Amino acid sequence: MYDIPKIMPMGDQALVIEFGNQIEPECNARVHSLTRALDLSTPTGVVAVIPTYRSLTIQYDANLIGYKDLTNQLRDIDVNSNAHEILTNRIVHLPTIYGLEFGPDLEFVARHSELSAEEVIRVHSATDYLVYMMGFTPGFPYLGGMSEEIATPRLETPRNSIPAGSVGIAESQTGVYPIDTPGGWRILGRTPLKLFDTSRERPSLIAAGDYVRFVPLSNKDEYQMIEEQIMKGEYKPTVTTE
Amino acid sequence: MSDPAFQIIDPGLFTTVQDLGRHTYQRYGVPVSGAMDAFALQAANLLVGNESAEACLEITVQGPTIHFLTDMVIAITGSDMSPQLDGEDIPRWEPLDVKQGTLLTFGQLKDGMRAYVAFKGGIDVPTVLDSRSTYTHGGFGGYRGRTLKSDDVLPVSSDSASVSRRKLPSGYTLPVYGNHHEIRVVLGPQDDLFTEDTVATFLTARFKISTESDRMGYKLVGPTIESSNSANIISDGNALGVIQIPGDGSPRILLSDRGTTGGYPKIATVITADIGKLAQALPDHTLRFNRVSIEEAHDALEHQNSVLSALSRQGKPLSMTVSIGDTAYQVETPDGLPVTKTSLHSASISETTRRLSAVIDGKTFDFKVDVTQEA
Repeated sequence: MYDIPKIMPMGDQALVIEFGNQIEPECNARVHSLTRALDLSTPTGVVAVIPTYRSLTIQYDANLIGYKDLTNQLRDIDVNSNAHEILTNRIVHLPTIYGLEFGPDLEFVARHSELSAEEVIRVHSATDYLVYMMGFTPGFPYLGGMSEEIATPRLETPRNSIPAGSVGIAESQTGVYPIDTPGGWRILGRTPLKLFDTSRERPSLIAAGDYVRFVPLSNKDEYQMIEEQIMKGEYKPTVTTE
Repeated sequence: MSDPAFQIIDPGLFTTVQDLGRHTYQRYGVPVSGAMDAFALQAANLLVGNESAEACLEITVQGPTIHFLTDMVIAITGSDMSPQLDGEDIPRWEPLDVKQGTLLTFGQLKDGMRAYVAFKGGIDVPTVLDSRSTYTHGGFGGYRGRTLKSDDVLPVSSDSASVSRRKLPSGYTLPVYGNHHEIRVVLGPQDDLFTEDTVATFLTARFKISTESDRMGYKLVGPTIESSNSANIISDGNALGVIQIPGDGSPRILLSDRGTTGGYPKIATVITADIGKLAQALPDHTLRFNRVSIEEAHDALEHQNSVLSALSRQGKPLSMTVSIGDTAYQVETPDGLPVTKTSLHSASISETTRRLSAVIDGKTFDFKVDVTQEA
């Protein structure tokens, strides 16, 4: 982490404020602290923010604020203070069915890790994963903190279509596909929850800075029950705080 | 209120509904989308009397055939695609009356590659995440999340705009896009990952726009641009016009449908005032980058916006407001009539007192504004 964050222009209506040059939770927390501070204070001219692993991209309206004024305002926000970190982190629970037709690569990952399928499920669902950032596709969370015990290389040939909700791993990363998409991750299971839905007031279930907890479902019936509740609009995702 | 307004007889190559895009959902990985040439879209809207950000058609290279189901006012801006109404050539960059039953067609592509058709009232498709822009890869926004097809019928809002129509200032020269483009850039954010020589090459070479170019971005062909360390950085956010340098050394300029984050070093970013020029550049056209400062970029943007603000002032009485802090107060006569520029009679200004009088409905009102310094 840098002693003083670096601020760099990205054209004439965006800038990047960079806190360090590593993927690690402490540096990422600074990014989310500044995001929250900006959400609360909404400075004139700030149009949008994109929090990422170690930096925050800020899009501004040059008709309303200049680069120098904005950088001065940003320097005045003390992200080193804990004031913004008092806000608790959300933990989004994703009920997930592992294996069967939902997780075609569970057995492969188990063999590769020299564990049983049950142990892979236990390891994968034992961690609350930090959402470092969102990107790639709408609603896709970049998760950190997976155990090296179950790290497995990607498929040699990516699949043409992976169903929305699929939970996969690639090397020591894990993630969930929010929409049907081609992909080469090893698929362990699937959540019936919709990670991204444009008709919701809050379209993305998950935000950068949240944690994700995979909650194993014991059978297909449980999965289908939740799926039906979602279709009827009766399901409320479980979100707890740290 | 909205009514079925026009029917697509032939969709053309790639016709979508666009406005100025959805910005605030980028933090959830949602691309901005919106008009590639935002200047042309805003001008088209203002010409028909709309606010500048209404939804229009963005048409690409080969225009659609449109059947009007009702009388309306339209304006066509951007690329010159030889537009015709019932077989008669029609002017671009001005408001046009069209009658129910007429056909709008496009012919030869003469200049640029993207044209905008604004309809008085604005295309009234549902807003998705605060915008009517189509994001075709995600399948949402615009008309059913896709490019238009034959037989699609689109509604236009019938809420009457307060201004009937507008005209470009008489001295205004219409944009001519050509086939070589001088594009201004601000260096960074990661220009420090390139040697001085590489940056110099980047700023002097002529690049050609590859056929692998679309609304997400343009790939460029030219001298190889290599970063001095590894090809990747830790993923961070992508702004409009940012120029990534992937491992193959071919620059990519990211545009409206760009992904929100990316892991390639970004050598420079195209200034906002020149994004429209890029939007009109076809594959095989050449371009060269010229470095400017952020201040110069802002001046260029202000200059471009001055055309739009001159347009938007037309037909609207200029009202007088007094701002205290962030709050603006409309100045009114004691009986509640707004003071406007047309009613303003005279103004004398001293250091601490502004004295002005306004004639409204034959009556003269005197105003005195005392300016006091904060203690």
